[in-house]
Formats: sequence, C-alpha cells, structure tokens
Amino acid sequence: MIEYHLPILQILVPLVAAPICVLLRRAALAQGFSIAVCWTTFAMSIALLLRVAEVGTISYDLGGWPAPWGIVYRVDLLSAFILLFVSGIGAIVITYAPRSLASEIPREKRYLFCTTYLLCLTGLLGIAITGDLFNLFVFLEISSLSSYALISLGKSRRALPAAFQYLVMGTIGATFILIGIGLMYMLTGTLNMADMAVRIRAEEGLRAALVAFAFLSVGISLKMALFPLHAWLPNAYAYAPSVVTAFLAATATKVSVYILLRFVFTVFGVEFAFEDMSLDAVLGPLALAGIFVASTVAIFQRDIKRMLAYSSVAQIGYIVLGISFASVTGLTGGIVHLFNHAMIKGGLFMAMGCIALRLGSVEIDDMRGVGRRMPLTMSAWALGGLGLIGMPVTVGFVSKWYLISAALEIGWWPVAVLVLLSSLLALVYVWRVVEVAYFQQPSERAAEAREAPLAMLIPTWVLIGATVVFGLWTSLSVGVARRAAQLLLGAP
Amino acid sequence: MKTILGLYNYWIVIFLMMTGFYIVISRGNLIKKVIGLNIFQTSVFLLYITIGKVRGGTAPILEEGVKVYSHPLPSVLILTAIVVGVATTAMALALIVRIKESYGTIEEDEIRERDVEREA
Repeated sequence: MIEYHLPILQILVPLVAAPICVLLRRAALAQGFSIAVCWTTFAMSIALLLRVAEVGTISYDLGGWPAPWGIVYRVDLLSAFILLFVSGIGAIVITYAPRSLASEIPREKRYLFCTTYLLCLTGLLGIAITGDLFNLFVFLEISSLSSYALISLGKSRRALPAAFQYLVMGTIGATFILIGIGLMYMLTGTLNMADMAVRIRAEEGLRAALVAFAFLSVGISLKMALFPLHAWLPNAYAYAPSVVTAFLAATATKVSVYILLRFVFTVFGVEFAFEDMSLDAVLGPLALAGIFVASTVAIFQRDIKRMLAYSSVAQIGYIVLGISFASVTGLTGGIVHLFNHAMIKGGLFMAMGCIALRLGSVEIDDMRGVGRRMPLTMSAWALGGLGLIGMPVTVGFVSKWYLISAALEIGWWPVAVLVLLSSLLALVYVWRVVEVAYFQQPSERAAEAREAPLAMLIPTWVLIGATVVFGLWTSLSVGVARRAAQLLLGAP
Repeated sequence: MKTILGLYNYWIVIFLMMTGFYIVISRGNLIKKVIGLNIFQTSVFLLYITIGKVRGGTAPILEEGVKVYSHPLPSVLILTAIVVGVATTAMALALIVRIKESYGTIEEDEIRERDVEREA
C-alpha cells in the first residue's frame, strides 16, 4: 500500500512538514523535526529508485484521475536519480545546518528557516517527479520563491539586493517558461508531457512550436544560470547563509538542467530540438564560453564563496556541453556530472561554512595559514578542489572522461582539447586557495581559529568522501546515468 | 487588416509583455521594477485567457439553452498563476522594505555606490 503511494508521499511529507515547523516554533524542535523529515524523504527516494530499477517507469494518477486529464506523477530512471541526490543532499545539509546557523541566523528566526528549506526541497523534488507541465511551473515557483527567502536570510546586508536581483531574473525566467507552456498548450490541447510529446511529433512545421521552444530554452537557461544568463548567481551564492549556499549550489541549478532535459528529449524530441532547431549549435559554444569566462573570472575573486559560485557557472557549462552532444556518451557525461558536481560543490560550500564559522570571514587574505589550524576542514576542501579539477580517483575525472570521449566519438577533437585546457584554469583557482591555506603564515583570524565542530565536519566529510567513493566505484552513478541517457534518446 | 483586428488580443499581449519587460530592464527604482514585472506577468495571464476563449461562448456553467462554452481550463491555470504572481510581488515588496531599512534607498545605482563606499 505504502509502496504504491510512494511517488506522492515523496512530495507530501516535506510539504506537510513545512507548516508543522511553524507550529513547533522552538528552534531546536523545528531543526530536529526537519532533520527527521529530510532523512525520511531520502529513504523514500532510495525505495523509489530501487522500484524503478526493478519494474521500470512508474505512473501515479493524482486523486485517481486517469492520465491525460488528471495530473500524473511519472518516475522514470532519470527522475528517480534526480530525486535520490536532491533528497540525499537535502538530508546531509540539514544535518549540518544547526551548528552553522547558530552563528548566522538569530534563534527566533530559525524555525522559519526550516519551513522555507522544506518548501524549497518540496519544490525541487516536485519538479523532478511531475509529468504535468503546469504542475512543473508551480513547483518551480515554490522552489524559487522559497530560495529567494532563504538567500535574503544572509548575515550581510548585501544578501538583500542579491536576493532581489535573483527574484527579478528568476521571475522573468519562470514567466518565459510559462509563456512557452501556454503556447504548447495552445498547439496540442494537453498539459501531460507524454501526451504532448505524441501530439507535437504528429504535427510538423508549426511556427508556434518554434516560438514556444525559444521561450522555454531562454527561460530554462536563465534558471540554470547558463552563461551569459548567470548574472544573478554569484551574488546570490556569495551572500546567502553558508547552509543555503551549500544546498542551492548542489541542487537548484541541477534541477533546472533536468527541466531542460525533459523538454528537449521527452517533449520536443531529439529530431526537433537538434535537427530542426539546431539547439546544439547554440548550447555548445555558450557552454564552452561559459566554462572559460567563468573559470577565468573565478581566478580573480578574493571572496572564496564567490569564487566557487563562478566555478559553478563553469560547471553548468560542462553539463550543458554534454547535453549538446546529443549522443549516449555525451548525455551520460552530462547526467553523471549533475550528480558529481552536486556532491563536489555541496561539500566545498559546506567546508566554506566551517571556515566562515571559525574565521568569521571567507576572504582569501583571512584564510592564510588556515590549513594548519583547521586541518580536517581544509583537507576536505582540497579534496573537493581536486574533484573540480578532474583528478583521477575523484568523481570529476569520471565526468570529464565521458565528456572527452563523447567529443572524440563525433570527431570534435578541438572541443576535447578545450575541456582539458579548461581544467588548467580550475587548477589555478583551486591551487591559489590551497597555497594560501597551507604555505603561508597564519593571518590574525586564522591564528585564533580552532577546528570546526564534529557536527559540521562529519556531514562535510560524508559528501567529500562520496566524491572519492563514486570516483572509484562508478557502476551506480554511471550505470544509472547511461541507462537514463539511453531512455531519453530512445535508444534500445 | 484581419491580422491586426482579428488578433487584437494577441497584439495587446505582446505590447504589455514588451512594456513590462522594458520597465524591468530600464528602471533603477526597485518598486518600478516590481511594477514592470507585474505588467509582464499580466500579459501572460491575458495570453492564457485568450487561448481559452471560444467565439460566442459563455462562461462554462451548465444551463439550459446554452450550447457553446469557453474553455475553462486556461482560466483555472491562470488563477494559480495569479496566486504565484501575488506571492512573488509580496516577496519582492518585503525585500524592498528590508533594503530600504538597511541601505536607506531603493535606487539600484545608489545601493551599489553604498556597497562600494563600505568596501573602500
């Protein structure tokens, strides 16, 4: 019975838990409760993935209304994979949160943090699970509105304009998506993704479909911060509370990439997107430009959270590059990098949270010599950094391996060379921090710092450890990603 | 002539959309930005309602003698989108209040200047 209702429980549990946090009111109670809820959600997503691996795609009709009329939740391998890592990172980050929030958000506001956090998680999971386009828009707005609120909780007053800028850009993006969905609805008379896919393929050469496609791609690109539409991201990540940055950096943009995958591959189909519209000719160069520009800008940042934010823009470039190949290998690389980058960036921002807690600053000058004072935190950071560069044994290597082999497969060797060269840029910005942290005399702040508390170190190391585990043992991540890619491309 | 008059709803949608979008981009005052955002969103509401309109149709209420109804679903969808729009506006206004409290201004360029001053 419960097994049958898993798809809806996956959304319902965090959604109902959010207002309960308001009722609980006390910070400790609300935090304990949301930790329990997040781990339950994670457990459910594991159960869902196992079930999908066993029986194939699951459809769940909401309220018993059959598919094209009612809203349907559809869990295929890709959705289950996204659900798994979003809820997993949600659980790890909320476990890490109480100690970090203690220094960043006043006690009487912490239950509100828990509420918005759970709402944001609900929205992100909802996007991944729904099979209805309008439902997708609503979940997108649930997650976006709560993330604006989360970002504005930042300690510095600069968090406020950052949140406002994100709100304006995010709303424009979401409204573009809404226009696209409206035009698609006008053409096909349905909001169900599977149903729409059948009808849109039946009618060819529709001009409105081109317009809808254009609106959707721009809107989604804004949401996933694809270069040059990334302007909202660096400030939002730099000034948000450490916990919020770790959660959003690991999940929010990734889920937007999932929306792109759904629209391009499931709804419009590969032929329309890549042959009629030549989406790859737009996404590929933008992705490469994003990788180089954002990595270069990252090298010159003094605020390390901001530096990692620019690096996130570059990493989105790698993911989109994988998608633009539109081959099984390329798509596998893209999807696997979604997962890998979520772990790397989540772990890195959590390590930055430890540093912010002990140093009260994330400026590179204050981080001088911190490696000797906080060896466990800084070694986690360094290991995550190696993942960003793409060193063998870490997950970053696995993703780059697939991206480069996908480029060579279709003979785009210059692209393969560019991907390798871009790793050098990552090496520069990671090394810069490692050098300062390990080989310089401690700064005033660093001299007084102690190692971060275990309550924060353990979750950080769980994520960073996972980057090594999944770098060595690739059968789960690559295996699932490859099968998801085959499903998306309709290959046997 | 027919493309202009026959589709005048769509022309209004496009006009509102561009007006709103332009205000968001060109104005530095945060309140004006929110107003622009609202106009932009309203144009999309109008687009959906127009899609659902059937010529000569009435409101979709079951009554004797009425055969032609407008499509109710787009209106229902837009009801949801309006709620989302209200929430966005509320969130934006709340942020503006806090910005005004901590910066003393709601002009974008002045906010930027004050951040630079602080750093210098």
